[in-house]
Amino acid sequence: MSVSEIKRVNVKNMPDEEYFYGHKACPGCGASLAVRLALKVIGEKSYSVLPAGCMAAVGFIYPQMAFRTNAMISTFPGTASLLSGIAVGAKALGIEDFYAVGFAGDGGTADIGIQALSGSIDRNDRIIYICYDNEAYMNTGIQKSGLTPFGTRTTTTPAGRNLPGAITHKKNLFEIIAAHGIEYAAVASIGYPVDFMNKVNRAKHCRGTSFIHVYASCPTGWGIPENTSIAIAKEAVDCGLWILAEYEKGEFTITRKPKTFSPVADYLNKQGRFRHLEDEQVEEITKHRDETWDRVLKTWKLKST
Amino acid sequence: MVAEKLFISGNDAVAMGARLARPQVISAYPITPQTIVVERLSEMVEDGSLKAEFMHVESEHSAISAAMGASAIGARAFTATSSQGLLYMAEGLYYAAGGRFPIVMMNANRSLALPWSIYGDQSDSLSQLNSGWIQVYVEDAQEVLDMVIQAYRIAENPAVLTPFMVNLDGFILTHTYEPVSIPDQAKVDEFLPPFSTPNKMSFEKPMSMGMVTTPMDNLEYKFQQNKAILDSVPVIEEVDAEYAKMFGRKYGGLVEQYRCDEAEVLLVTLGSVTGTARVVVDQMRNEGKPVGLLKVRYMRPFPTELVATVCSKARRVGIVDKDISFGYEGTLFTNVNSALTTLENPPRTFNFICGMGGRDVSKENIREMFSRILEDSSSKLPDRVQFVGMKVSTDERK
Repeated sequence: MSVSEIKRVNVKNMPDEEYFYGHKACPGCGASLAVRLALKVIGEKSYSVLPAGCMAAVGFIYPQMAFRTNAMISTFPGTASLLSGIAVGAKALGIEDFYAVGFAGDGGTADIGIQALSGSIDRNDRIIYICYDNEAYMNTGIQKSGLTPFGTRTTTTPAGRNLPGAITHKKNLFEIIAAHGIEYAAVASIGYPVDFMNKVNRAKHCRGTSFIHVYASCPTGWGIPENTSIAIAKEAVDCGLWILAEYEKGEFTITRKPKTFSPVADYLNKQGRFRHLEDEQVEEITKHRDETWDRVLKTWKLKST
Repeated sequence: MVAEKLFISGNDAVAMGARLARPQVISAYPITPQTIVVERLSEMVEDGSLKAEFMHVESEHSAISAAMGASAIGARAFTATSSQGLLYMAEGLYYAAGGRFPIVMMNANRSLALPWSIYGDQSDSLSQLNSGWIQVYVEDAQEVLDMVIQAYRIAENPAVLTPFMVNLDGFILTHTYEPVSIPDQAKVDEFLPPFSTPNKMSFEKPMSMGMVTTPMDNLEYKFQQNKAILDSVPVIEEVDAEYAKMFGRKYGGLVEQYRCDEAEVLLVTLGSVTGTARVVVDQMRNEGKPVGLLKVRYMRPFPTELVATVCSKARRVGIVDKDISFGYEGTLFTNVNSALTTLENPPRTFNFICGMGGRDVSKENIREMFSRILEDSSSKLPDRVQFVGMKVSTDERK
């Protein structure tokens, strides 16, 4: 099936089936929404793999199981390798109609899990890897990960007189993954759920490895009201800090380019994790955003709408 | 039909044993001295003589993780490693055992860094005794081929469902060529049916695997895991007997006794050093010395009762360890001593630490161990734990 033939998911034809419910996630949890929406698209012929982390902690405590589909907790570094074992095992057993899908956090993906993920992409194993990015180790209590943005206050990057919180920018995960020459990779946000679901749907039609990096707000870790979880996930895109994009056949495509960016300061000031920032640091974040856009606009395509 | 006999290395024997067991997924990462196993298996997959998927994983951690994934949907999985690689997958060892995935792994026993050494001792696998794997130690290439096949029968038994580690001494066994009898594939198929397990994910019966437990449930999981390994004892013995009937080779189950009758002094050994010790026992018996040999085959499940029964008849027992728990003693020694506490009058025991980092354990070394504990005068008996085959004297009185 060619990419253009893939039927698009919309609000009307979105599957009613639920495969992830009864879990103990915090109110407003973006990660659990990402899992729920992705499984709606992927369906029941699936094996989900989750490492030790938030989704394992809220969905997998015996005897209260929250997955209706097959699901398994992997070792922390082993999301991709366990998925690969399942996918290759399925091939060996002659099972053709299946989806092996992983849901790992930012730390589980960009830090401890990146080696195994790199291996899976290298082998082009038939897995869908979804990284829900809440920008810190939330399950252990909000510690800095490789995807924690500059200026974030976490429990291991305290903001004080000497330091502004995290002192490095996020690792460029999407382009690291794309540099492998992966079959399909995308960046999404739970603030744009239909876009996210269509990216999952695109991944579902891959014969090799696919990867989706989804922004997943965390009211508990970010210091935001739980009923603003979706709004902040939209605003991250609208202020230009989170670029919705796709990578396929060696080409990058921006899938949503805000006409004008909403103010970065507004986005930051709504969140407890950034509220300590001085003007100077807000400028640094804005400068980093502008440099990133300048760079990508030179080489990435814009999606025609 | 006469079984085919080939002149092959221990590593070749592992690969041939694995092929006969028909694994469906092989995920392995190369490490000296296991490498040849990985190479042979790749060749077998390439030439079509082994119908399996070969996964070129990027580490040992992924090797065991992928093997679990395959096992979790009902595929028979094989992996192989050694030394640092075994430690790198340590997290996965416990995980595979707790998940009750009957993966079979060959471990080429090799020293642990620092200092770096590619040569053999048993520090690697003995450091993982608590990981929940069944562990067997073999003496030669024939035994390793036979044990890879037996391993699947034992591990996949529904009462056991526990991963299985087949250990062979690095270089001494992995790289030594010996004549090995290759069983007929049809007979192996009859002995080892295809893998079938209730412990798997399927679309007919979706399952959540790899639970999180609270203190309310955890202890019961661990109880069952322990019970499964204890319950493997009769399975190991039945499989040994059935294998002997079908293929003509019997190994004795958990232990093998060699000239233990009327032996006043015993050595307890693990792995390839047993072969050297057999020769010395024969020589010393010819000289009229009352010596014997107890080969421990399985470290888990540990043959507590058998070790106690065999040792109860001896006056003194020397335990040969190719490892040491620093600041303490050798691991085999600790385990044997614990078994002997079940006796009213246990024999006196001594620990010989030798063969570390590939140091050769010679017939003279074995003879020295026997001689030291054959001593009539108890004032001349050696220290409880002593190193054998050192280049320098460690006796500060000299």
